[in-house]
Amino acid sequence: MKICVLVKEVPDAAVEKRIDPSTGRMDRSGEKNLNPYDTHAIEAAMQLKEGGALQIDEVVAVTMGPETAVRALHKAVSLGADRSLHLSDDALAGSDVAATGYALAKALEKEQPDIVLLGQQSDDGECYTIGAVVADHLRAPSLTQVIKLDVVDGGLRCERQAEYGYDTVQVGLPAVISVGDAINEPRYPSLKAIMGAKKKPLEKAAAGDVGIDTSLVGADGSRVQCGEFKAPPAKSAGTIIEDEDTDATVEQIVAWLDERKLI
Amino acid sequence: MGGILVYVLHYEGALNKNSLGAVSEAAKLAGELGTTADAIVVGGADLTPELLGTLGDYGASKVYKVEGPEGLAQPVIDAMDKVIGENGHSYVIFGGGLLGFEIGAGLAARRQAGVTMEVTGVVVEGGKLVAERPILGDSQISRSHYQGDLGIIIGRINAFEVKGGQGGAAEIVDTAVEFSPWSTQASMVQRGEQRGADVNIEDANVLVAGGRGLGKAEGFQLCEDLAGVLGGAVAATRAVVDAGWYPYAAQIGQTGKSVAPKLYLAAGISGAIQHKVGMQASENIVAINKDANAPIFEFSDLGIVGDLNKILPKLTEAVKAKKGG
Repeated sequence: MKICVLVKEVPDAAVEKRIDPSTGRMDRSGEKNLNPYDTHAIEAAMQLKEGGALQIDEVVAVTMGPETAVRALHKAVSLGADRSLHLSDDALAGSDVAATGYALAKALEKEQPDIVLLGQQSDDGECYTIGAVVADHLRAPSLTQVIKLDVVDGGLRCERQAEYGYDTVQVGLPAVISVGDAINEPRYPSLKAIMGAKKKPLEKAAAGDVGIDTSLVGADGSRVQCGEFKAPPAKSAGTIIEDEDTDATVEQIVAWLDERKLI
Repeated sequence: MGGILVYVLHYEGALNKNSLGAVSEAAKLAGELGTTADAIVVGGADLTPELLGTLGDYGASKVYKVEGPEGLAQPVIDAMDKVIGENGHSYVIFGGGLLGFEIGAGLAARRQAGVTMEVTGVVVEGGKLVAERPILGDSQISRSHYQGDLGIIIGRINAFEVKGGQGGAAEIVDTAVEFSPWSTQASMVQRGEQRGADVNIEDANVLVAGGRGLGKAEGFQLCEDLAGVLGGAVAATRAVVDAGWYPYAAQIGQTGKSVAPKLYLAAGISGAIQHKVGMQASENIVAINKDANAPIFEFSDLGIVGDLNKILPKLTEAVKAKKGG
């Protein structure tokens, strides 16, 4: 069996994010890292492989993005993926979530995975939903925000929080599962794994290689245009206290609460 | 111009409040566009004609009733795909929540539609809907214009106000749907399981909420001590509830409860959007966090950058002394 893990390179959390006014898109230059949520998806794949309840022969990391996105794949293979696939094409730039999901699904069709795993949300665009888009194109069942994953009856027994409490859902394979960060504690890559990452096979694919209809992707193929930006209604900034002397800090908090008759 | 279709979530015979907000919003927008707002429900025997008829009160014209499994997104995608195909709706609105995100995204794939999530406002411009969505930690608002035959809007929870008293009973249209093979490949084993003790946080005037920054389950003792002297209750974030540190019934946020107490004191909570949407209506927000860059400081009234392990015990003592004196 084969697991594909969708990964994404996102701006480092320490870097302030901004919109590039000339393009109206997220400025994705600057320091980047693997989407932290994706490390949980890779860990989930490794645990399925090592668990042995399913015979997993291969874990493949898949990403879509410019040349630099290859670094996310290196990180993914250092965490245990066996090889990686990099979908990269100028025609894909500016794709919205629906177009991105379509393009990724075309790349996955070529791999024919039994399980697709991904992180519940990416850190930059906050699109929780790419898994549901990919699944509909692949005609596979899908579940997002899964926090427990077990192999039961040859399928996946998934738990997650939904609107009314915890739901347990049995999903037959092939399936597309987005995992939440509570599912596991990702391992740290060993130095050897980091050094060896660049030696693992990495395949590049352009839009045409995986049969993507380029009229359905990119800025022109996207059905949502988010060109205008405006500032949200201003909220007056709150008071900030840097705690240096805790007794003094506590005194200030109590005075603040007392002023507002909250004690 | 086709109508606006709204998915209405329900559980054990009760309609979801965020869904009713979406129906109310759709009815208002449909009025401006000169079209109608319809609702769709998928479920079993608890969807009685009486219950569904009440959707008319929020402005729904028709209610498409589909028999099918509950709590799973893909059967609803099949149902909405069929209803839109037969009735030519131009927009779909969801009230937010996990299932709305999944259905909306899957439906966008199915019908080659545009989709915008976390929407906090919808306006009519030039006879079309424009969705407004806060981005980059709510520091900017992005405006989405839709191309093509269908636009999908997924609201942020609590974004749309529930407005009853808008009309009579809605017309119920029984609709048979043949579900896709992959939709029936997932099945609900158990729905709505409650884990941990039952606590009531929705009626509290004061809430002391704990997050991952507490470090471990035992850290909640600090919150309980402070809540005790303040006469309040203890709440928690999704992350710590999923980690088993605190009961599900105390959870604030996108999944979980929405609260608006007089005082919300957040200890060790970074302030992710999913948490913020459940507590931002609180009158006074106090945050204690060791990370000066935590987003919660952007919407707190009083922020303390420091170690909660040092601050909370002393604050509890100081409040106790203040009350005693």
